[in-house]
Amino acid sequence: MSSHKLVLAGVLAIGPLAAPALAFDFGRPATPEEIKLWDIDVGPDGKGLPDGSGTAVQGKQIFANNCAACHGDNGQGGIKDRLAGGQGTLTSSMPVKTVGSFWPYATTLFDYVRRAMPYPTPGSLSTDETYAVTAYILSLNGIVAADGKVDKDSLPKIKMPNRDGFIPEPEFDPARLFRKK
Amino acid sequence: MSFKAPDDLLPRPANVSRRGFVGGLSAGVLGAVATGAAGAETLADVPDRGPGADLSAHSDRSRFAKIDRIPESTPGKRNIDPGDAINSKTPHQRLVGNITPTDLHYERSHSGVPDIDPAQHRLLIHGMVEKPLIFSVEDLKRMPSITRIVFIECTGNGWENWKKADPDITVQNTHGLVSTNEWTGVPLKFLIDLVSKDSNASWMLAEGGDGAGVDRSIPLTDEIVNEAFVAYGQNGEPLRPAHGFPMRLVMPGFEGNLNIKWLRRLKFGNAPWMTRWETARYTQLLADGKARQFQLRMETNSVITQPSGMMQIQPGYNRISGLAWSGHGKIAKVDISTDGAKTWTQAQLSQPVLSKAQMRFQMDWVWDGKPTKIVSRSTDDHGNVQPDRQSFIAAMGTNALFHYNAQQTWSIDEAGRVRNVLA
Repeated sequence: MSSHKLVLAGVLAIGPLAAPALAFDFGRPATPEEIKLWDIDVGPDGKGLPDGSGTAVQGKQIFANNCAACHGDNGQGGIKDRLAGGQGTLTSSMPVKTVGSFWPYATTLFDYVRRAMPYPTPGSLSTDETYAVTAYILSLNGIVAADGKVDKDSLPKIKMPNRDGFIPEPEFDPARLFRKK
Repeated sequence: MSFKAPDDLLPRPANVSRRGFVGGLSAGVLGAVATGAAGAETLADVPDRGPGADLSAHSDRSRFAKIDRIPESTPGKRNIDPGDAINSKTPHQRLVGNITPTDLHYERSHSGVPDIDPAQHRLLIHGMVEKPLIFSVEDLKRMPSITRIVFIECTGNGWENWKKADPDITVQNTHGLVSTNEWTGVPLKFLIDLVSKDSNASWMLAEGGDGAGVDRSIPLTDEIVNEAFVAYGQNGEPLRPAHGFPMRLVMPGFEGNLNIKWLRRLKFGNAPWMTRWETARYTQLLADGKARQFQLRMETNSVITQPSGMMQIQPGYNRISGLAWSGHGKIAKVDISTDGAKTWTQAQLSQPVLSKAQMRFQMDWVWDGKPTKIVSRSTDDHGNVQPDRQSFIAAMGTNALFHYNAQQTWSIDEAGRVRNVLA
């Protein structure tokens, strides 16, 4: 198999090695059930978002119980990252980067809350609670209505206020990098 | 050599005369070593020899060589409670050579340092592959490996000087978020082959096993596929927990944040995931309010480490020394100016020059005792020249927060005091 030979050639060029090893010598197959346990990433197209939903009203209480101690009562004034406000400040000398003023994708918010928050016990919120907190933080920024709801269909469709605020570095521009020649 | 650190940097016993103290530091690199007793005016003052301490299983630094990192928070928030720290900086003003001691390699962690039992650690590789596989640490150690000396640099290195220059800080404060170690591990290319990656998979998500599950999208360019590796060794020993034990991704030349620590998952796909780290965090806000994204490569950079901020030099012979590095490849040359960037002289570079590693440079200098400014400027083998601060800020504004690589200027006043200035 040609790609296998290529790898060995690349490694051998670096230094002498033991006898060439065969692929099946290493690791073990991952079962779909196992992969599901860790496969938590969410893409901007919504790929990876689970079934379920949550409302901003539900999220307000969950936020008060799990998030406000660090992020402040309304996502402002806490000891950690500010989550709301800041629109219109990005060209000032003191830009305020929040979910509302800076984050380009709402899907990223769900992903980040699910993987990393609450800080002391990441992963402790249920899927519905994660959707609810997401809805609440978006509502604090006027992106979702105060009585709004989000789920896997609505979240990728939200156009964040700063969605067009990013310019890819030409060398690694995703739109051009691997385009077929 | 006549520079010395001020009292707050080097512990000095109360009974030592200033003259004795300076004398004790007058030989080469001793500016990095603390003296714990009076200097020896004559050979008769050198203490008698005698049997030393018992041999031990682990050797610590001399009690006279106190060197530490500095935990800190955001720019300007220094020497804080470790519980509030988000990074810990390398004391470059006290180091010599090219390799950072393992325990002094800078640290940036986003959810503390996990205590991982390697027997229970797994690496899952899946996504657009034919054969998703799970590896243990032992699996990795049995694979073909490479060993390479590379710098890793936090994207926030240099962030003290975006808006202003605090005069009373050291090079540890200004440039302590870059270090160079020797790393050992398995080439990414070998792992890609084991799982039979789909040829259409052009991006890879790398995810850590820390509380934050830090994850970044990595474009699978030829350069990255050929150079990235999953490391389990650091300077000849297992990775330290702060640096990713039991395994981390090493991405030579690229943002520190891409070198995912406590690596537990690689997933192949065909577009970036737009994680929090590559959207909300490590993007550079320009003056017009737009943010530069996927500026993944670390730039051509250098800094004079001796003499540097908060040191004091004497007129006469001084040796200027520092570190230069580039995420593009090898450093081609380093120029030093001792007259505030008016004229430049090429410095001597440590040999052999390694690609994507910090290299020590040095130059002899006789200081005439008049106030001046010293600054270094590196050029790499791709022709990239480290920019002066004015041109750099003109291009990037003062809000970018990350990827600061402007030339670092140290001012020297008539008393020989070295201070941080913008230019």
